[in-house]
Amino acid sequence: MTGSLRGSGSLRGPMQYALYLGCSVPVRGMNYEMSARRVAERLDVELKDVEGFSCCGFPARPADWEAGLLMAARNLSLAEEQGLDIVTLCSACTATLTEANYRLREDADLLAWANEELAGLGTGDAALSTPRYGGTVRVRHFARVLYEEVGVEAVREAVAEGADGGRLLAGFGFAPHYGCHYLKPSHIYDGFDDPENPQSLDRLIEATGARVVRYEDEGQCCGGGILGFDEETALLMTAQKLDHIVEAGADAMVLICPFCAIMYEANQRRAGKLRGQPPGVPYGLPVFYYPQILGLAMGFSMEEMGLKLNRVKPRKLMQTLRASVR
Amino acid sequence: MPSELREIVGMTEETGSPCGPGSPRGPGSLRGPEPIFDVSNFAPGFRDEIAAEPGGEHIRRCFSCSTCTAGCPVAGVTDKYNPRRIVHMALLGMRDQVLASDFIWLCSVCYTCYERCPQDVRIPELMNAIRNIAVREGHVPRTFTRQIEELRAHGRLLEIGDYENERRARYGLPPVEEAAEEVRAILNRAGPKDGPEEGV
Repeated sequence: MTGSLRGSGSLRGPMQYALYLGCSVPVRGMNYEMSARRVAERLDVELKDVEGFSCCGFPARPADWEAGLLMAARNLSLAEEQGLDIVTLCSACTATLTEANYRLREDADLLAWANEELAGLGTGDAALSTPRYGGTVRVRHFARVLYEEVGVEAVREAVAEGADGGRLLAGFGFAPHYGCHYLKPSHIYDGFDDPENPQSLDRLIEATGARVVRYEDEGQCCGGGILGFDEETALLMTAQKLDHIVEAGADAMVLICPFCAIMYEANQRRAGKLRGQPPGVPYGLPVFYYPQILGLAMGFSMEEMGLKLNRVKPRKLMQTLRASVR
Repeated sequence: MPSELREIVGMTEETGSPCGPGSPRGPGSLRGPEPIFDVSNFAPGFRDEIAAEPGGEHIRRCFSCSTCTAGCPVAGVTDKYNPRRIVHMALLGMRDQVLASDFIWLCSVCYTCYERCPQDVRIPELMNAIRNIAVREGHVPRTFTRQIEELRAHGRLLEIGDYENERRARYGLPPVEEAAEEVRAILNRAGPKDGPEEGV
């Protein structure tokens, strides 16, 4: 278990985090949030809700770098005020907060500038209190916490105590999608995984008892970053990966970012149409958030893992689950 | 002109040149329908302007090897986007053509090229630096204007009001409060001063 990077005298528990939800998860990824919260609790990772978090700043960066940085700094300062490190579910939030943090910790002048700007927000009665940021917060994606701090072995043990003695998912093959910002830019992530040949999600999928399915061009980006600017190009990127995963014969895709899920699941039908698939013959590829399959393997119910909110119905998995209940 | 050669000199085929109106070509010309540029109109200081922008610092390191384009997932599905060409245009000083283009908005910010670039040009950040300059000059795609409006209104891209929180409660999730005022204050202070509404 990794120790705290905070100064000595911290009474904080080793696995206590502020849960940073971002924009997409609390509205469009509630199944991700539900499953992550349940799984974390079972694995003794305490996720605390902190008031006042906003968007991470990612969407503001193309318009104004300073605005993006200040939005991130503000969120970091709120976690620091609570004496907590941050756990993220969205990979774009992870990269935005981690990168802002990296710069603010490296550059004392930039940190001083950001604090000055934040202190000056609003005026008079409308002054907005924002805590001063000292640069002590760590930002971690939830999957990285499972991989590094909980550990694959502990995950495997929790699964062994779960449904069917940990054999619920033995007949399943899942295609991992790491996405971009969980791994890159790698220099801000202390080299915890290899951006060209990542392992962490593979090991975590195997820990659920399922098999990892390899497919062509696994590092391909979902296209989400340009959906609003050029829908057709974005969906072509989405379709390319869906083609490869279906070809490889995976039962489902497993991912860890709400925007990737919007591309591969919510837009799956449209991506298929673009590929010239006849209407009524969609890809039909189920897409899971990793904590969902982990939770099911640990013995949580379909309701608890929010499976009702998965748009592409995972029929094979639902049949297996019903059989295991009987 | 063979397509590989056209690629090397940075010309496009049917997708049209991103570089402005075309000019007629004479019979027997090796050229396509692309325009001929008057290079005296180029802005040689554009590279320095970009280098002074956060994220743009490494632009002068580019030696045009095309590692970025070779591994780019966007360039893999469309020829509308070619990062090496954009950096090259910027280095040549094609300021107006770059800032007014659609293609600077097509980087998906996946960081594949960032990881692989032998000269550490940091293209996703470079694209953001160029976008920052473009926005200041009023070149703002509509999608982007909408996103900033959402941020101003809700402090986030997706509204969380009573309806959303009731829905969350049904799934056993705690309510989420918006922090719109704070984000609006940040956008007013540091962001585009009049908002991006004047955009294209």
